[in-house]
Amino acid sequence: MLQGPSFDYRSLIEQSRVHSSVYYDENIFQEELDRIWYRTWVYVGHESEIPNRNDYVTKSIGPTPILMIRDRSGEVKLLLNKCPHRGNQLCAYQGGNRTTFTCPYHSWTFNNDGQLMGFAFADGYEGCDRKEFSLGRIPRIGIYRGLIFGSFAEEGPTLEEHLGGAKASIDQMLANAPSGELDLTAGFLQHRTKANWKFMLENETDGYHPAFVHSSIFSVADSGIGSLYGPDSTALTRDYGNGHTEFDLRPEWRKRGNPLEWFGTTEARLPAYAAAMREAYGDERAREIMIDGSPHIMIFPNLFIAEIQLFVLQPVAVNETIQHVTALQFRGTPDFNRRLRQQTMGSVGPAGLLLADDTEMYERNHRGAAIRDPEWLTLSRGLHRERRDERGYLVGHSTDEVPQRGIWRHYLDLMTE
Amino acid sequence: MTETLTSERPVTAALDGGRRDLLTRIEQFLFHEAHLQDTHAYDEWEALWEKDAIYWVPANGHDTDPEKQMSIIYDNRSRIGIRIDQLKTGRRHTQTPRSELARLISNVQLMKQEGAEYEVRANVLIFEDNMRGETVWAARSEYRLRLVEDAFRLVRKKVGLVNNHKPIFTLSFLV
Repeated sequence: MLQGPSFDYRSLIEQSRVHSSVYYDENIFQEELDRIWYRTWVYVGHESEIPNRNDYVTKSIGPTPILMIRDRSGEVKLLLNKCPHRGNQLCAYQGGNRTTFTCPYHSWTFNNDGQLMGFAFADGYEGCDRKEFSLGRIPRIGIYRGLIFGSFAEEGPTLEEHLGGAKASIDQMLANAPSGELDLTAGFLQHRTKANWKFMLENETDGYHPAFVHSSIFSVADSGIGSLYGPDSTALTRDYGNGHTEFDLRPEWRKRGNPLEWFGTTEARLPAYAAAMREAYGDERAREIMIDGSPHIMIFPNLFIAEIQLFVLQPVAVNETIQHVTALQFRGTPDFNRRLRQQTMGSVGPAGLLLADDTEMYERNHRGAAIRDPEWLTLSRGLHRERRDERGYLVGHSTDEVPQRGIWRHYLDLMTE
Repeated sequence: MTETLTSERPVTAALDGGRRDLLTRIEQFLFHEAHLQDTHAYDEWEALWEKDAIYWVPANGHDTDPEKQMSIIYDNRSRIGIRIDQLKTGRRHTQTPRSELARLISNVQLMKQEGAEYEVRANVLIFEDNMRGETVWAARSEYRLRLVEDAFRLVRKKVGLVNNHKPIFTLSFLV
């Protein structure tokens, strides 16, 4: 049962400014765990990570370790990686294929849908019901096109209600695969960051910073993306509601009209991929998809699809967040996948030519949040020029803080309702 | 002429005078590279690399396939150049100010010689101080060196961070 909020969040979060304490207060972080991470829909993993029966991988929801399992009947299960006997860590491996899990402490053994199979030295448990000692489980699992989400709340909005307009962006991402299928098989980089998770959440769709934070790489690598983040860009920032926000580059790509320019390449350089796309969608639709490219969307609170890669944000403490990131890999397109990996490895992770600088900003932001004056951080950019798009979502100029204001509106709802 | 000194077992114990000199020269090269990295001597470090360079920092283990799995760094010669050019802009924020560094290279073993190429392994301990704080990095590294006009050059460098299966902080200095 959710307790009433212990802070007056309405006095800390206004339309276009946020009090610094919301980023560094330990008690607020604990309340976020209860009201956001252990309640709402949180992204956990992808079906391609557990393709076969009895496959499992270790995942997380915030600081809580989760076993993501395809059980013996083929169903996806999200179990807590904790032996119900004495709280020992049940599984110490990153993944594998197994039908049972045995706790190393007293050898309690569980099948992979979480049921206790038997006590070791069972004579000491006469009259005890094994069913009372199942593994903890995430009660609600939602899967949208292979993306697996979990919610600790027994009741609440469905995953599709939660995703809302963001579903269309997931569809857009998967349209870039001729098969429509994603294979997240390249493994994750894990980037440890001494900053509050919300600095990352906000920055993922901040179109104001790239011209400055990333000017070094824009000036030495001719990627052609620097101008997307300038005052003359036609790209849009968008607030989908429910905390989901987007940086929509399609207006800019459509204006330019070159297939695969979004990926810094051409059909001639990826002929097998281009042919597979035309085969799957027909010439006209394939051309449209290859012009529009893949989306740049932050799905609240932890899934960031950044055109060519997928990030998962994992808060582990008020001042520490792990950024997990892997390259998108589409089924059946090896030439395209190699470029996805190479570009991803170059740009993100601990040594990434882009993300190492973003992460430097997160850590400086976090230290700055603890400085008392000024206490308020401002998010007013473009407030005067917000408007509704044809679907009714709030949009703004590519450098405006429409997404950040949207994130805080949703945050305030979650923290006060 | 191809001479294979050994495959998995190093030859250190069996070194005669000439080979001991060779090992000393290799060590001196590794110490030189380490000094260039510690002092952010970007141009001089980049100049050590051959055209067919591979600069590799694996993730999630030490025997992954960098052509299939994500790595922390997997640079060819061209991307090494971009990495260095970025550092030299002065706007690589994570290195502005630069990390203060001191590293120890130890346990140097010559594993194999093939013609002008030498396979070497060593342990590396790096102390980094930057605005976030102090970080110690440890790696089991492997090098492929090429002797060109009587000077060693880098062909391949694999930095096997011992904790590469766990979350690690930003790694933006030359490792």
